[in-house]
Formats: sequence, C-alpha cells, structure tokens
Amino acid sequence: MTAPALQLDNVACTFVSKDDPSQRYTAVREVALTVGAGEFVSVVGPTGCGKSTLLNVAAGLLQPSTGSVKVFGEPLVGINARAGYMFQSESLMPWRTALQNVMAGLEFRGVTDAREQAEEWLKRVGLGGFGNRYPHQLSGGMRKRVSLAQTLVLDPDIILMDEPFSALDIQTRQLMENEVLALWSAKKKAVLFITHDLDEAIAMSDRVVCLSAGPGARPIGEFAIDLPRPRDVAEVRVMPRFVELHQAIWSVLRDEVLKGYQQQLAA
Amino acid sequence: MWKFIKPRQSNLLAWQVGLLVAIFVLWHVATKPGLIPPIVFENDQQAAFFFGEPLKIFGRVWAWFVTNADIYQHLWVTLLETVLAFGIGTGLGLGCGLWLALSPMAAAICDPYIKALNSMPRVILAPIFAVWFGLGIASKVALGVTLVFFIVFFNVYQGVKEVSPVVLANARMLGASQKQLLRHVYLPSATSWVFSSLHTSVGLAFVGAVVGEYLGSSRGVGYLILQAEGSFDINTVMAGILVLTVFALALDAGVGKLEKRLMKWQPKSGETEKL
Repeated sequence: MTAPALQLDNVACTFVSKDDPSQRYTAVREVALTVGAGEFVSVVGPTGCGKSTLLNVAAGLLQPSTGSVKVFGEPLVGINARAGYMFQSESLMPWRTALQNVMAGLEFRGVTDAREQAEEWLKRVGLGGFGNRYPHQLSGGMRKRVSLAQTLVLDPDIILMDEPFSALDIQTRQLMENEVLALWSAKKKAVLFITHDLDEAIAMSDRVVCLSAGPGARPIGEFAIDLPRPRDVAEVRVMPRFVELHQAIWSVLRDEVLKGYQQQLAA
Repeated sequence: MWKFIKPRQSNLLAWQVGLLVAIFVLWHVATKPGLIPPIVFENDQQAAFFFGEPLKIFGRVWAWFVTNADIYQHLWVTLLETVLAFGIGTGLGLGCGLWLALSPMAAAICDPYIKALNSMPRVILAPIFAVWFGLGIASKVALGVTLVFFIVFFNVYQGVKEVSPVVLANARMLGASQKQLLRHVYLPSATSWVFSSLHTSVGLAFVGAVVGEYLGSSRGVGYLILQAEGSFDINTVMAGILVLTVFALALDAGVGKLEKRLMKWQPKSGETEKL
C-alpha cells in the first residue's frame, strides 16, 4: 500500500489580526483529508468557509496552526514541490508572454528544452498560435488555459485547483472541465479541487468532501462518486445517479450554506 | 475659409507649429528696437535688453552649431553628466528600493533617515559636492544622483510592495528560488513603476547637471549661460535656454521610445482583452 499523495491530519488554521492580537479568526479546524495517488477529490462548502485556506496549507504556502501535512508519506516542509497550484484569480506574470509564462516553471528548474515543452503544452490547451501574446491580450478563458498549461507542464504529482473556472462563462467552463478531465485521466494525477459549485464537483470527482460553514469549518460529509468514466460534464448531469448524489450531498450542505449566508448577513 | 483651417486631428501639427511661430513673431515685434513705439519701457532699447531678440537668439544658436561649432563640447559635457547621474541614480535607487522593500526590518530602521533626506532641499548640497568632487563633472553627477535616486527609490519600493500576492505565490509554486523571484517577479513589477517615474527622473538628472554647472564649472551649457549672464548678454542666455529646452525634449522623447519598447506587455487603454 503506497502512501496517499496528500494527507492532512487534524489541521487547524487560526489567523491573528496584526493590529489587534486579541482578534482571532479560526478559518478551519479538525480537518482530516486524504487524497490518494491518482484520485480526484473535490471540496465543496459554503462561501467563505476556508476552502482556499485548506488549499494553501496543502500547497505549503500557509503553515497550519496545528496538525500535520504529509505528501506521499513525507512531512511537508516549506513549499510543496510535488504540487502544481492553479489559482482562482489572475496568476500569470503580466510581463511575460503566454509562452514565457508556460515556460516559467521549467526555466526556474533549469530545464533545457523548456521552449519545446511549453509550445507543446500551449498546443494541447488549444493556444498554439497565441504564444507571443501577453496576458492582457488574451480573453479570460484563454488566460485560464495558459494557467492550466503553466501548471501541468511541470508534470506535478499533485494538482491543486482553487475554483479555477468560477470566473468563466458556462460554455467555456464545460469545455475547460472536459479538458481537465481528459488530461487527468491520461496522466492519473492526484487532484484536490476546490469549488462552490456542487454540479461541477460531482461531475468531475471520485470523491466529494463537504465543509461546514466557517468560522472553524470542518469536513462534515464525504461522498464517493460512482459515476462511470470517462465522463462528459454536460452529459453526466442528466444521469439519474447524478441527481441522486446531488440530492444526498445537497441535503448535507444546505443547512451549512444557509448558516454561512446568515452569518454574512449578520456581519 | 475657416472650414479648412479649423483645428482638428489632421492639421494638429500645423497648429502646433503655427503657435510656436506666432509666439516668436510676437516676441520679435515686441522687442525689436524701433519697430513699434515703446509702451512699457522708457525707450525702445530696453525691451530688447530685458527679453532679447529672437533673430539675434537664432543667430547665436546658428553660430554655436554651424559657423563657430563650439557648443558641441559643452553639450557633450552636459549630456554626459545627465546620463551618468540618471544611470547611477536609477541603479542605486533600484538596488536600495529592492533591498529595503524585501527586508522590512532594515526599512523600519532607515525610514526616518530616508524621509529626512528626501525632504531636505538637495540643491543646497551642490556647493558641498563642488568642494568634495571639484568643479569637474563629478560634482554635477553627484547632485543629479541625489535628485534621481529618491524618485526611483520610492517608486521601486512601492512597486515591490504592490506585487500581486497571487502572482508571487504562483511563481513560488512554480519553483522559483528567492533569487529567481527577485529577477523574474519583483524586478519586472518594480520596473513598471520605475518607468512611470522615468520622465521625471531624466528631467531631474538634467536639472542636476545644469544647476551644478551654473553654480561653478568650466564647461557645459549651464556654464555658457552663466558666462553670458555675467556680461548681460541676454540673447545668449535665451539661446542657451532654448538649446536646453530642445535638448530636454529630445531626452524625454528618447525615454518615451525606450518605455514603449520595454513596456509593451502593459495594457494600453482601448486594447485590453484584444484578441
């Protein structure tokens, strides 16, 4: 039995206000989360419940207040070098062209045929002819695809995705989701996918984890998604099993979503 | 008739040149002795004495550049001082800005001193630099550097502070070392801020050079102006100012060209999201 790709154990994250140390905010607590090698796990939860915090912990960008993070059995120290991270907001370097952005990671590692590999990946995400464009000259969907190529060109063992498609329109989004699924099934990487869209989570994942409303969010339910693969994100949505799963997860999630919403209204 | 000469985009240049010509014609008419009766002054020589005469000024410029061809060494000295002050000041500002922005403790210690140095009227240092570095170009460069340094420094400092945290986190996830972060993230991000200040700082480098020359030197355009002023040769003073102005415009245009080349990744209004 090989060690899981990513293992969060009893993780809690408390933020302390810089101006006033008595102001504390616990984003997540008691989080135990495992992503097996080659497994596609989605985390869903109400808005503001600390999903991104969790991902930052897994990436090594954020030290958890308590608890441990293990990557393939090894305790995580510093940046998680085996993970690629696709951010929610714009993360491309605006002073680099699309191609140079995709090359960046390879360049940092001193790979010699960086340009060839980057060009190949740009083609794979359908942007072969756009290599010399700067990010501001690309549409939002194209920028996301450049981000995807930028992350995947490094061939990471773990892919962390933070609502990567939330800013896209529904058609582009489904195209991108299918692209990600195709790439994932070809390479079978471990994926930790954060989303607030339950449909997206069910359509793409092997397993869906629900978080409670913050503060102090924690996993409150876990569902194995036994839909057949390969899937098409648009077609899978009309399957009876999809609807069943959706209802089951939503019944767990609904109260938390309402709770989170009430808290935001009260604040 | 008005329909043809009405200002619009296509004859903008003609209007700009026309305005310049009109100013010079007005200047000429108002100062040429004997052309119109004196209005403000008591006799018709005084206007020419105080304001110079455009024709004589052009004659002076012509003599400098063509018949005598003796301004080139002065221009060269002023240009050298400007470029050196600009280069050294920008380099120092960039280095210090990066260093202080990336080590908050050092920034906290230096903060009051930087504020003090920045608010000090630095032109007052010119005599001290003259004592330290002599009357050659070094003292002018030093003055220019103190002027340029702070402009660049504050912009770099700000630029590093304003690096998008997501871009930074992304670069770190892509495996950038501290050195690579500096080279590929902080520096390009700061450069855009530096460029926004470059027009100001090249102007200030120029000011440093000319003011330095004006306070004491044996060469340079500032020196020419000082000499002419000593003998109340207002036409030569005006000619010197004219040459300096054209020169500054040329420098500014050069910076604009460079900026356009290096900053082509920046979105310009009207072409964002262009496919």
